[in-house]
This record gives sequence, structure tokens and C-alpha cells, in this order.
Amino acid sequence: MQLIYEKSVPGRSGVRIPLSDVPRATPLAGSLRRKEAARFPEVSELDLVRHFTNLSRRNFSVDTNFYPLGSCTMKYNAKVMENAAALFTDCHPVLALLPGGEELVQGPLSLIHGLEQQLAEITGMDEVTTQPLAGAHGEMTGIMVIAAFHKARGENRKYVIVPDSSHGTNPASAAMAGYQILTIPTAPYGDMDLDAYRAAMNGEVAAVMMTCPNTLGLFNPHVAEICAIAHQAGALTYYDGANLNAIMGKVRPGDVGFDVIHVNLHKTFGTPHGGGGPGSGPVGVKAGLIPYLPTPRVVKKEDGSFSVEAHPEGIGRVSDFFGNFGIMARAFAYITLLGGEGLIEVSEQAVLNANYMMARLKGEYELPFDTTCMHECVFSASRQLKNGVHAIDIAKYLIDRGFHPPTVYFPLNVKEAIMIEPTETESKQTMDAFIEVMLEAAQVARDNPALLHEAPVTTPVGRLDETRAARAQQVCCE
Amino acid sequence: MGYCPNTAEEIREMLAVIGVKSVQDLFSPIPQELRAQSFELPAGMSEFELMGVMRSKAAAGGAAIIPFIGGGLYDHIIPAAVDHLSSRAEFYTAYTPYQPECSQGTLQALFEYQTAICRMTGMEASNASLYDGGTALAEAALMALKITGRNAVLLDASVNPLHREIVCGYLGSLSAEVEEVAPSGCESDLERLLGSVTAETAAVIVQNPNFFGSVADFSALAERAHQQGALLIVSCYPIALGLLKTPGEMGADIAVGDGQSLGNTLSFGGPYFGFIATRKRFIRNLPGRLVGETLDKAGRRGYVLTLQAREQHIKRHKATSNICSNQSLCALRGLIFVSALGKQGFEDLAELNFDKAQYAKSVLSGIKGVSVLNGEATFNEFTLSLPKGAAAVVEKLLGFGMAAGVPLGGYYAGLENAMVVTVTEKRTKAEIDRLVALLEEVLCS
Repeated sequence: MQLIYEKSVPGRSGVRIPLSDVPRATPLAGSLRRKEAARFPEVSELDLVRHFTNLSRRNFSVDTNFYPLGSCTMKYNAKVMENAAALFTDCHPVLALLPGGEELVQGPLSLIHGLEQQLAEITGMDEVTTQPLAGAHGEMTGIMVIAAFHKARGENRKYVIVPDSSHGTNPASAAMAGYQILTIPTAPYGDMDLDAYRAAMNGEVAAVMMTCPNTLGLFNPHVAEICAIAHQAGALTYYDGANLNAIMGKVRPGDVGFDVIHVNLHKTFGTPHGGGGPGSGPVGVKAGLIPYLPTPRVVKKEDGSFSVEAHPEGIGRVSDFFGNFGIMARAFAYITLLGGEGLIEVSEQAVLNANYMMARLKGEYELPFDTTCMHECVFSASRQLKNGVHAIDIAKYLIDRGFHPPTVYFPLNVKEAIMIEPTETESKQTMDAFIEVMLEAAQVARDNPALLHEAPVTTPVGRLDETRAARAQQVCCE
Repeated sequence: MGYCPNTAEEIREMLAVIGVKSVQDLFSPIPQELRAQSFELPAGMSEFELMGVMRSKAAAGGAAIIPFIGGGLYDHIIPAAVDHLSSRAEFYTAYTPYQPECSQGTLQALFEYQTAICRMTGMEASNASLYDGGTALAEAALMALKITGRNAVLLDASVNPLHREIVCGYLGSLSAEVEEVAPSGCESDLERLLGSVTAETAAVIVQNPNFFGSVADFSALAERAHQQGALLIVSCYPIALGLLKTPGEMGADIAVGDGQSLGNTLSFGGPYFGFIATRKRFIRNLPGRLVGETLDKAGRRGYVLTLQAREQHIKRHKATSNICSNQSLCALRGLIFVSALGKQGFEDLAELNFDKAQYAKSVLSGIKGVSVLNGEATFNEFTLSLPKGAAAVVEKLLGFGMAAGVPLGGYYAGLENAMVVTVTEKRTKAEIDRLVALLEEVLCS
């Protein structure tokens, strides 16, 4: 398909801008002006609409295809949430910072406060900030809060512990917050090696970061002990909320002993993933860490109104205003719509769907940890590998059959990993259809592996040469 | 309730396949003592009731106020096509294009976006977007630390104060030094900036137009920075780049900014997107996602995420940044926006902003006791000096439904009587004239 720049015709134009009702001003000095106009496309509105409509048709999406991408919680994004968020598009955030402006934005401020309270109750934390703009941004914010806590106690701790099965963002975020990383291997039972962890823990460790259920989709029964070991050494505990969809109403990280948590609104709380963002990564903390949250805070006053207040001891500002409000409005709508019982049902059905998937597929696919899983299950294509078929080949075959592939090659501690997260919004029929194709792929892997190597053949392009892309570094058109 | 489709009968069938009696059995790996101690949330409701709740919150949202405020986020036109096309579910309910063959829509759009950002800023390589303008500036500073191997940046204090706070937070975590250079009046203090660059400086960070609205040419600063082995980072306002000298033309090494003004609604603080673009030689130091062009076996052109060895999922703690996602949908809106306006339309839009602001400047400065503090060159924002405290004036005008400007007292000592006024293409002459009348009235009372 042509690029929109290739469809450009000099002199053609699309949308009209407003007419001027003021006199032409004396132009700026030439030295301050750009030499020539930016070469943006010159297309009609219809050209534009066809281009982007046809581009969109080259995507798989939740609304068009089953999308069991493990660790990403690709649940259905309810349409009413779009309507809800659209109500706030004209609210200027700077209004909240003007003298007397708070009175004019009580609605959005009450929504922020309400969402913070909902998330605090769901996670068992004492206070929440919505400022972080994504999960990884939440992690960095959380670790900065932990750093501020230690600093205030006059301690200069150097290390953050992460399991080797963690999301790559965990060590990367801790490094951005100024820490060195200690990586703990996974024990044969599928969780962070408790002995190695105990040995690594000491008075120089600032925090341990855990995902629970872990990236294998397993609930770590030692999680309370892990927290206790950290606390004994004066370290804090960080909960990566990526997998919160499994445990709502069942377990609250705050009850278990976690001090800091981030949640991904775009995963658990059903906001659309947008092709890779925007997300939102609110951070919750226990009472002792509240002073170190980012500034400003939305505070509920005694008369029931809301104000924006500076938070002077905090880590400063991690984004311009109150976070990705449009995403927060959707999540608030989702939680309000579902209510407590609805959220419990979400986790129960997510776990049921994943276990059903696991039970149906474990005959054909190697299951490295054959035990009840939570919201996702991780297989290995190791049996298929004997016929030269890799996880990626199975993934590409699924595309030909109309399914978005599961996550492959993550977590790193499972060879040829295939990580399936169906989510609660998929029906048994959809999962059965997917399972049939997975079983068929296993059969093809035995009978005709070459067929899998050729996949996909139904897409606009076949497998793309990534080495060529990295070498050419062609990241924009000339 | 939770959009969970399976019937009681289907659930029974599934439990039988799994070999357990109830859904509760599936939670048996969780020890009893770890179970939730509380989960007190109200009962759910229907869509109809929910929209009632949301409408009541939105009604108290300040949307009726006429904004002469900016501060980095601006009230601009958004062509209808932006909403309609970005609302295609194939775009907004997809995720990161990990599987390129079934994600060419997102990938090609991001490649086109990267091209648009390069053409807008005059730079050579843009990534696929960052979170917002403030964090993009912080990422640019981190990038400069890594490229130069140095540990200090020079930060023009006429850069957006909120962005400066974010930069200081990010750099503070890594014990890097930030030296702020106070402005001279409403202008960047070029003399002092030039004199402060040393062989220890990783980057000089400036903004154009700056927070006061003043426009400058930082070419000499780029030259001076390069003599000292430092980089020049320019934070810019996309709409202004329809008119102003680009960071590329000035010789900047990294250009960043907030993309909100390109087709993204204000939405009380987000989502927006941040952009970052650089010289081709620094491409491997870019944070975040990057889309590159390549071919499939049949020679068909296609797009993939590239140079991923920079990123956290491969490099973990050695990655260029911890960023995992981008702001894909917001970047898509930006691309559709510039494509809808086109080459001429984008330039015309910038001219219109300039003309409206120049008109506002002339009529507002005609009020007794009011003067413009900027030098000659501004774009669509300028700083007014008032004969009394700006905070009280702005508060009074809010009562008349006008957000007249952003008072500077909270950000710059000594500027308690000053406010920054923003005039976009959406402000009519009638609104500007009404602002003049109201301001006169408030100042006289």
C-alpha cells in the first residue's frame, strides 16, 4: 500500500481552516522563520479517509479477532467507556491551576479522587496517584517513591531485586530511578528461587519487585514470606500489577505485604490499547509512603469539595498534570459500571477461561508447569521443535487462520514460550475455535512442518526481513 | 455483568474439562491467609445510569470557559476526520505491533508519523512517540547524558516550569546535575547560556517559543554547544513550527515537544503524546519504539519495529529507557491532523495563530497600565504586565467565563503582576475584544 506522502499532489488540500477576522500582522523576521513549509501530505479529505480506513483494515484488533496476547489482557473494551470519556474532551487542565479555577473543574477532580479510592480498595493500598502515564512509568514512579522513603531515613541503599522472569520494564525502571539490579533465578518449581533471594537480601537492598501471579500465570505461594524477608532487612516490596486481572476480590497486594503497587488501567480495567498506547499506570502506596507521592495531589476537603494541593515532600512531578485523564475516565466508568461483584466475576471468569485453555491444549503442547494456572497459561513449543517448528511458526499459522497469536518467547525462562491469556470476555465457542486451530497446528507440525514455515500467506505481507530493517535504518521516507 | 459471555451450562462444561467442581477450586493455589480482607465497592449499574453519573461530573468540568490559556497545551481546531478515523476499532483496540504481518496498519501509520515529525522539526529520525512533552524532554536529557558520557545539563529557566520539574526529577534520580539559567526579562538569556556551556555540559535545553511566548533563534547556541562537545535540545510547539525556524535549521541535536496540539483533545491532562527526533547518527540512542521499512521474501514493502536491542524487553536494565509502550493512538491522531491540513493548511494555521495573537497583543496593550513584556518576536502567546496582581485579575475574569491567562507569580519570583496570554485560531475577534473590555473593567474597579 502506498504511503500517504506518495498519494500527495502539489496544490491539493483537505480541510479548511477558519477564516481570519483580524488584520494580517507584520511578519516575523526572516531569521526566525522556517525556510520552506513542512512537506506534509497534500490530499483531499476523501483521499485521507480512504487511506486511513484501508490502513486500519491491515490490523488485527480485539474488535475483529480473538487476541489472546499473554501478559497484555486484551479484553473487550466496552463502547460506553468511549462515550463516557468523550464528555470531558474540552476540559483544559490548566484551569485547575488558576486561582479560583478549582471550583470550575470539580467534576473531573472528583473523578480522579473517586478512581484513586476505587483502586486503593481493589489493591488494599492506602493512597493512589494517577499521574504515571503507563505501566512502566508507574514502575519508575513507584521506585522513585521508595528511593525518597529511604533517603528521608538517611539510608543510601543501592540495589533493587527482580526475578529473572520479570517484565523487562522492572529492571529498566529501577535503573532509571538510579538503582543497580540484582536478578534472582527461577527455581524448578516455577517461582523466584527463595534461597537465592534470601541470600541476596541485605541492608543495601532498597526493594524487591514482584509480579503476582507471576509471568508464568502461577500464584506464588511464598509471596507473603518474600515480603517478610524484605521487610526484615528494611527493604520495601513492589507489586507489578500487570496481572491484577486474575485476583480482583480474591487477593489484595496491600493485605499480603506489598508497600507499593502500580496497576495498568489498559489491562485490568478495560481501556483500549490503542495500537500500543495510551495507557495509564496509577501507583498505590501504604500509609508510610504517602508523603513521597508525586505533586500535586487531588484532596477532598471537609465540605466535600476537591482541591489541587502541592505535595512538598514528594518526588516532584512525573507528568504535566493528573495523568492520562481520558484513560482514567474510562477506567472509572468501567469500575463503576461493573461494581464489586462484577470485578470478582471478571477475575473468576478470566481464570476459568485460562484453565480451560490449558486443559484442552496440554495434550499436544508441552506444559512446563502443569498446575492450576491463574489468568494465563504458558506452553512451550519444545515438542514441535523436534520437527523444526518454532513457537513463531505456530504464531504465524494462527494469523492465517484469523487469530492474533499469543505472546511468544516470553517469559524468557521458558524455551519457545507460548503465553495464552484469553481474558474473561471470550466465549467458550471462540476459545474452542482457537483450540481447534492450535491442535491443527500441532498436527501440521508433525505432518508438514514446511507449511508452518511459510505462514502467514493470507496477510498483505509475508514474514518481514527484520535484519534488513535494522541495517537499513529507514525510519522515515525521504 | 463484566462482559463475561459464558452461560452457567457452558461454565459447567468447562469445569468438567478442567476436572474441578467449582470456579472457587481454581483459586485453591492462593493460601487462605492471603485472601482479600476487604473489597467494599458499590454495586454495579447499567450503561444508562453510568452515563448519568458521568454527565454530572462532566457538567462541572469548565468546558464553557473561553480559554486564553496555554502553558504547553492548546485549544486548537480538530478536523472531524481525526475523530472518525482514529475511532476505527482496528486501530484503537489493537495492541503493540509485535506481529507485523497482522499489524501493518499501525506500523505503516507510525512510519508515516515518524516522517511527519521529521519534516515538521527538520530532523532526521523520529521514534514512534513518547508519553508527553514533559517526559519527552526528560528522555532527551537522559539521551544526551548517554551520548556524551557527561553528567550535567544546562536548563534555560524559560522552559515550561512543569517540564523543568519533570526533567529535574528524572535527572535527580541518576544524580545528574541540572544548572538552571534565569531568563533575561521574558527572553532566554542567550549571553549567559553561551557563557555557561563547558566541556562538562552534556546538553543545553531550551524551548521555542519559550514559556513567556518569546521566539528566538538558537543557531549560535547550537554552534557553541557543539564546540564544547555538548548537544542542543530544543523543546518546540508543533503548531508554531508551521512558521518558525525548525530545530533542524538551528543545528539542534534533539527536538522534542508535546503533540497535543496536533489533533488531540485537551481532556483535562491527557492522553497526549510526546515526540522526539534526532540526527541519524544518534538513532541507536533513541528511547522507545521505532518503526523501520523493510521487505518480505516476495519483495513486498512492509514495516516492522526495529532496533529493538535498545529496548527494555531485550536489554532490561541496560535499555536506553524503561519505556515499553508509545502513545500510538495519539500519534495517529497527530498524523491524521497534519495530513488533513496538508502542507499549505498547516502553514496557514500557524499564520492565523500569529495574526490573531498580534491583534490581541495590540489591543490588550492599549489598555491603560498594561504592557507587553516580550521583545518583538512572539508566536501565539505573550506576557502582559498588569498594574496589579495577575492572580486576582485572572480569578475575577474567570467569574465572567474567561480564562484570561496564566499568572506567572507562582512560577517566577517578581512576576506577580504578569500573565501569559494565549490566542489560538479558535479565538474570535469578538472574544478578544470582550477580553479587552472585561480586563479594562476589572483593572479599573
